[in-house]
Amino acid sequence: MKILAVCGMGLGSGLILRMQAEKALKELGIQADLEVADIGTARALASTADLILTSEELAQQLVGVKPRIVTIKNFIDLREMVTKLGDAIDRS
Amino acid sequence: MDQLNYIINWIAKDIFGVPAYLVGIMTFVALVASRKGLGDVVGGTLKATLGFIILVIGAVAVIGALNPLGALITGAFGVEGVVPTNEAITAIANDIPDVAQNTAFAMFIGVIGSLVIARLTPLRYVFLTGHHMLFMATVLTVVLYNAKVDSAVQILVAAFGLATMMVIMPAFSMPWMRKVTGGQAVAMGHFGTLGYIAAGITGQIIGKGSKSTEEMEFPQGLRFLRDPMVGTAVAMIFIYLVLAIAFTIRIGEAAAIEAVGSSGAAGGMLGFLTAMFNQALVFGGGVAVILLGVRTILGEIVPAFAGIAERVIPGAVPALDCPVSFPFAPNAVLVGFLASVAGGLVGFTILWAGVGAALAVPLILPGMIPHFFTGGTAGVFGNATGGRRGAVGGGFVNGLIITLFAAFLVPVMSAIGFQNTTFGDADFQWFGFAVGNIAKFEGNAAAIGVVVLCVVLIAAASWFQKKYVDTGWVPGGEKAA
Repeated sequence: MKILAVCGMGLGSGLILRMQAEKALKELGIQADLEVADIGTARALASTADLILTSEELAQQLVGVKPRIVTIKNFIDLREMVTKLGDAIDRS
Repeated sequence: MDQLNYIINWIAKDIFGVPAYLVGIMTFVALVASRKGLGDVVGGTLKATLGFIILVIGAVAVIGALNPLGALITGAFGVEGVVPTNEAITAIANDIPDVAQNTAFAMFIGVIGSLVIARLTPLRYVFLTGHHMLFMATVLTVVLYNAKVDSAVQILVAAFGLATMMVIMPAFSMPWMRKVTGGQAVAMGHFGTLGYIAAGITGQIIGKGSKSTEEMEFPQGLRFLRDPMVGTAVAMIFIYLVLAIAFTIRIGEAAAIEAVGSSGAAGGMLGFLTAMFNQALVFGGGVAVILLGVRTILGEIVPAFAGIAERVIPGAVPALDCPVSFPFAPNAVLVGFLASVAGGLVGFTILWAGVGAALAVPLILPGMIPHFFTGGTAGVFGNATGGRRGAVGGGFVNGLIITLFAAFLVPVMSAIGFQNTTFGDADFQWFGFAVGNIAKFEGNAAAIGVVVLCVVLIAAASWFQKKYVDTGWVPGGEKAA
């Protein structure tokens, strides 16, 4: 499974999302590839991913992409990440 | 002996002298230190090296597009001007091998140094915004390089400066950051922080009783600006075309085309305008390539650094990139961005009206990437202390700061050649300006001066941390949860 972590520039907060997701996946015992993307290229890369992690505002710009979008409000809250990611993976 | 000399010379010049390899070697060290497996180490090292090569390719494109822009600004206004874009100036500076080599060493040593300071002082922050480490290392190396400080001193002083900034700015902004996040253990790790604190204070002064930006409906049509690549391209097209027309009106079509040295295949006014349109897109595309390069490098280094930091300073507060504040007030981001551009235009007008010429500083046109990210964050901070009025005022003050400060940074950086771009975020500007001017002293005085400045800043931040942050003070009264 492949997860795309998306932020505006694909530099800072997307990388934080990726690192948090790595911790969360470890806790959930799930294997996945994680990649960081900026909002400009995310739509093109979406077709290669199974899941997209991003913030609420950026999610609005990704409406209509194939993979399920998981929106994270607090980027450093590991509990939020574990709950939402676990839930999304269960449902897909 | 000749053989040995040959080998040493080869290692020094063809390995360590090549910035891309140097970045790869440092990534290798970081990955090994964070106990990654063999595959991750080899893959990560290679990716970081390729990332640097991508960065340089982007730099070439951006430099090509900036040359006509310089001619356009000078032609339209009669004075030199720049469009601040961190990614562009970083890539351009690192196109100079000496600067690139010293920047890489300074970043490596500085990042380790920040952990040491965080461990030894009350400033227990781990700064995780990798591109800003690279940008700060670059601005400090460049101003020291321009002051002709010895290479080894350049590296050590720039490293200490970077390490200092990585722990003090998160501390100074922490009370406002708590106000934004509702008291969570996350700090601001972004070198536009002076603008955010100014925005927070402005909000408090002018925003009494103002409602939050989050209670208003924002036109959906403006959301496309949330994509920095689109925003940058739109703004650059506008800037190139308006300047091309202004230049033509001033000196006539043929003379303008001649001065810029670029016209379309068909020639004439339409050819000229399409050529400028094309250059604006090349600029936008070049910045996107640079971003890909930076992203490829950081994707390896930052997680390794975070892993090491967790072991060295358990329980430290992570200082993160500014968009982590955006979800707390998404509308304030757009309000702050637009207000920041307005502040930038006012700053431009002030410089154009004669202040720039009087102080021998260039004109500063609004760079969209800095205005979006720092203006957006300033909007969030201003909204936290002063609602809508605070978001507008905070963004505006930030725009004014990053425009006027940029004008003063250009002269201390410009000995590497006038590049028509510079750093766009407040902390690169004030700290780069301070270090660049101290570095003008002869010999050791320069290095000692910067070290003293850093020690004073660390002491001040430690005091601030104990007096305000550790006691839970939050601007505007109520204590953090």
